Amino acid sequence: MQDFAAAFALAFGLIAEGDAALLEIIWLSLRVSVTAVLIACAFGLPLGAALAVARFPGRGAIVTLLNALMGLPPVVVGLMVYLILSNAGPLGVLGLLYTPTAMIIAQTLLVTPIVAALTRQVIEDLHGEYDEQLRSLGVERLAATATLLWDGRYSLLTVALAGFGRAIAEVGAVMIVGGNINHVTRVMTTAIALETSKGELGLALALGIILVGLAVFVNGCVMSLRAGAGRAAYA
Amino acid sequence: MLELAEPLPQTPLQRAAAARDLEAATILPGRAEDLVYEAGGRRLIDGLELRLEAGPLTVLVGPNGAGKSLLLRLLHGLIEPSAGQLHWAGRAPGKETRRRQAMVFQRPVMLRRSAAANLHYALRAKGLDGLPLAELARDWLARAGLAELAGRPARLLSGGEQQRLAVARALSTGPEVLFLDEPTASLDPASALAIEELILEARAAGTKIVLVTHDLGQARRLADEVVFLYRGRVEAQAPAERFFDDPISDKARAFVAGRIVV
Repeated sequence: MQDFAAAFALAFGLIAEGDAALLEIIWLSLRVSVTAVLIACAFGLPLGAALAVARFPGRGAIVTLLNALMGLPPVVVGLMVYLILSNAGPLGVLGLLYTPTAMIIAQTLLVTPIVAALTRQVIEDLHGEYDEQLRSLGVERLAATATLLWDGRYSLLTVALAGFGRAIAEVGAVMIVGGNINHVTRVMTTAIALETSKGELGLALALGIILVGLAVFVNGCVMSLRAGAGRAAYA
Repeated sequence: MLELAEPLPQTPLQRAAAARDLEAATILPGRAEDLVYEAGGRRLIDGLELRLEAGPLTVLVGPNGAGKSLLLRLLHGLIEPSAGQLHWAGRAPGKETRRRQAMVFQRPVMLRRSAAANLHYALRAKGLDGLPLAELARDWLARAGLAELAGRPARLLSGGEQQRLAVARALSTGPEVLFLDEPTASLDPASALAIEELILEARAAGTKIVLVTHDLGQARRLADEVVFLYRGRVEAQAPAERFFDDPISDKARAFVAGRIVV
């Protein structure tokens, strides 16, 4: 119990004094995960929406595969990206290994199936409600899909949030492709893993508290946006 | 389904001329011949014959499961018949005929936008834009008695207001044929009256109305012509007065008399 109290005190102390090293880590964590989620949404939203609307042979298999990919182990994704970006790998010449870009790539791969699979579910439900009305109005397939994405925008915020939760919390992928290099690729989760292995449990716990606080803060922001939409019955 | 009488036009000029003809030509009468619709191994529409002429307001009545809603969706081209012929002035139901029709569903589908934006969306889908679109939308909101609620999220409107908006949205696109699937089911009398007024105005303006209802009072008030559906077939089709005075079939007679027909 004493450890926890001390950890909380340390966490608040770190935040209060605006520790530069800490802010750098927090900033990189946010930058990597938010960028990864945005890219994942750019691919996952259209992919999920297309799967929700289209009917073709093999669709069920793709949906099942996508749902399964939601549970991709981060270390496996990290390993794949590592193999591709390492000097001997096909994209080794780009020299991206152990850079934030590599971390973004890994997290994007991790998050895209989550965004696509959850989007498919949200849009399919909405499609069931809208389909005949939109066809009655003479709306073409592509425009109808855009309408579904727009009208489902608040539900899709939650989808993006699920992706962000996954990205900000994972350690396996960023550790492998980022390497936890101080001032370069150290993020919250890799810093926690490092401090834990060094036996600096208090500092690790303090970082953990800050990470959880960060996740709660981002969720709170998005959910309050959604609540406003709910009052307007748009969600 | 239906073979085109002439080969498809080739040059852009011919295509434009054909498009103009299509815009000008009426899609009435609508005709169903030996129409069949099967789902789950059951014949829900079973050899149905129907002719819908320009002019009279047609009311479809019949017991639950007679296939009234299915028939509307077939006529509107939202679902494909399993067998038989269905055409509008010789054209199979599809994108082209649907452009000239509109439909109001039993449960109004409200887009997650304001009341006005719901109208804008429908008009934009018909290719309108800019000032004409805004004016038309404002005009129809006023006709539906929703001018004050234009900015309100459509899904927060009451059931009656939503259905009025749905009817206005359908009529704003200037359809030649309007299908209504029990538009006043579970609405209070005042809302039902407002909807009936919109429907009668549309008929006066020359829109062909095809209305499904369970409400015999409403059928008597609105119908010029009654089609009685029973087990996926047209059991009787007659001018309203004659239908209510002397229903052609026993089933229809029992239905008009208010007895339960199964």
